[in-house]
Amino acid sequence: MVLSDAAALIRSKNAGPFLLTFDIIFTDPEQYWRVQRAHVLGPAQFADLYGCRSEDVRFFECPNALAFKFTIPRPRVQGSFGDPDLHGCQQYAPLMDLPIPIG
Amino acid sequence: MAAAGALGAGIDARSLDEAMSAEPHFVACDAGTTDAGPYSLGTGCPAFAREAVRADLETMLCGTRDAGIPVIIGSAGTAGADVHVDWTVGIVQDIVQATGRSLRAAVIYAEQDKDRLLSLLAQGRILPLDAAPAIDERTIKRSERIVGMMSVEQLQGALEQGVDIVIAGRCSDAALYAALPIKMGFPKGLSWHAGKVMECGTMAAVRRDRDGSVGNSGPTQYNRGVLLGTVTHYDARITAIGPGLACTPASVAGHSLYENGDPFLFAESAGVFDLTRSTYESADGQTVRIAGSAFHPGERYTIKLEGAELAGYASVIVGGIRDPFIIRQLDDWVQRALASIRSKVSHLLSHVLSKEDYKLAVHVYGRDAVMGAAEPGSVLPPHEVGLVLEVLAPTQELATTIAQISRQPLLHNPVPGWSGGVTTFAFLHNPAHLERGPVYEFNLNHIALPDTTDELFRTEIIDLVPGADRLPVTTT
Repeated sequence: MVLSDAAALIRSKNAGPFLLTFDIIFTDPEQYWRVQRAHVLGPAQFADLYGCRSEDVRFFECPNALAFKFTIPRPRVQGSFGDPDLHGCQQYAPLMDLPIPIG
Repeated sequence: MAAAGALGAGIDARSLDEAMSAEPHFVACDAGTTDAGPYSLGTGCPAFAREAVRADLETMLCGTRDAGIPVIIGSAGTAGADVHVDWTVGIVQDIVQATGRSLRAAVIYAEQDKDRLLSLLAQGRILPLDAAPAIDERTIKRSERIVGMMSVEQLQGALEQGVDIVIAGRCSDAALYAALPIKMGFPKGLSWHAGKVMECGTMAAVRRDRDGSVGNSGPTQYNRGVLLGTVTHYDARITAIGPGLACTPASVAGHSLYENGDPFLFAESAGVFDLTRSTYESADGQTVRIAGSAFHPGERYTIKLEGAELAGYASVIVGGIRDPFIIRQLDDWVQRALASIRSKVSHLLSHVLSKEDYKLAVHVYGRDAVMGAAEPGSVLPPHEVGLVLEVLAPTQELATTIAQISRQPLLHNPVPGWSGGVTTFAFLHNPAHLERGPVYEFNLNHIALPDTTDELFRTEIIDLVPGADRLPVTTT
């Protein structure tokens, strides 16, 4: 099982022009807690996946929204010369294939 | 009522009419965002077509006419600077002309006077937010425009004037919906939370499948409809109104953390609203009940600043490569092309341009254009790649000259594996380059600390009358 099988929605988006935020949202509490218990999501894992520094990664567990959130400084300021993703909206794909242990 | 998530995106008149039967106190729509990029703030041009914005304003004004409730528009014209606000007022004037119905409007300007900001900066009253760029007084002077983000206080002042429509410059999205409930004495945390959920319209809702379930298949078309919010002393209720639409605890909770770096704490001018203890439960098939949201007043009243400055002018070349010999050593091929371009530019333009004065950027679509250095990589080499070369220079003429100089190095760049003359780049266009125009960059992620809530904003009450220019009533 991978993260995109368990989550209802994985997305990335600008949080203002200087931050990039990633939401992993569940509709099934069982799946949320399965991922939470598996300890596969955290700043270190995210930094590994995206090649950034783990101290730049803010990670949140939101049980009341059945969601996890990562926020990082934007690699380039939104819309500046060379920024390839104006809305920051296509940066989540590597999270989709994150393996989730079954059980 | 939230008529839509963005003015100009399309408002569903039937859903709006249906929602009017719930007797809302106001109908609002956000008209701007930084999400569209720095271009709007830099140039003064809106991101939405005038016709689209006019159609939505007509729907809102027409749908609320009999009820006598105010329409509230925030972040007018995309960036909410004075030129964008006046553009929006002009559209409303056109509607007044066409319908023959006069309107009283409160127009709130949010563009900032540079001298005032320089003075605040000198007093240490402009402070950086998370990941803010370093600034000094030159940053403010270089900016094309700077806007301050107003909040509920300025909207409340305008609503006290009993106007038909509030046209606000740059404004907190959630404040559009929180202003009136807070003014009426309802809890701030719930009012702000309701505003946060509603500001994107039906993005906080889902479409039910034909069997009534909310499947993981997701929506098959854009969610046509409106949102109704009800704030009480105990809870906030969010209802989706539109064909097949529903708010679910997951859709509302999920939208609560949209586009904010922190899923629990949301900074606004007068403090922070806190969703740490928020609960979400289904009240009926279409409605979600929110409780437990809090508001913590801040020590100082703050106004977020947004600025844009000119980075230069760009020209762009778009094309593709299909030859597997090139694709298998693409990095080397691109680097050789760039080196050749730089060498020609230095040879031909050294009298007008140093190498620090221009920038080249290459995006390889089909490989890593979207994610760049963060791309984890694929197993197979692509069979085809799209390549975009961007040139940034101090003038459009120079950007285009460099793009023209770039054509030959892309077209006849040697390929190991072939001997003889090669032609290597499938240009999409003739001429090969496109002039992209001015490129702007956001240059502020800061807050200002004014003495009063109103001093960075100007409100005009005007009467819009058929056959007349706008008539000023008062200015504050």
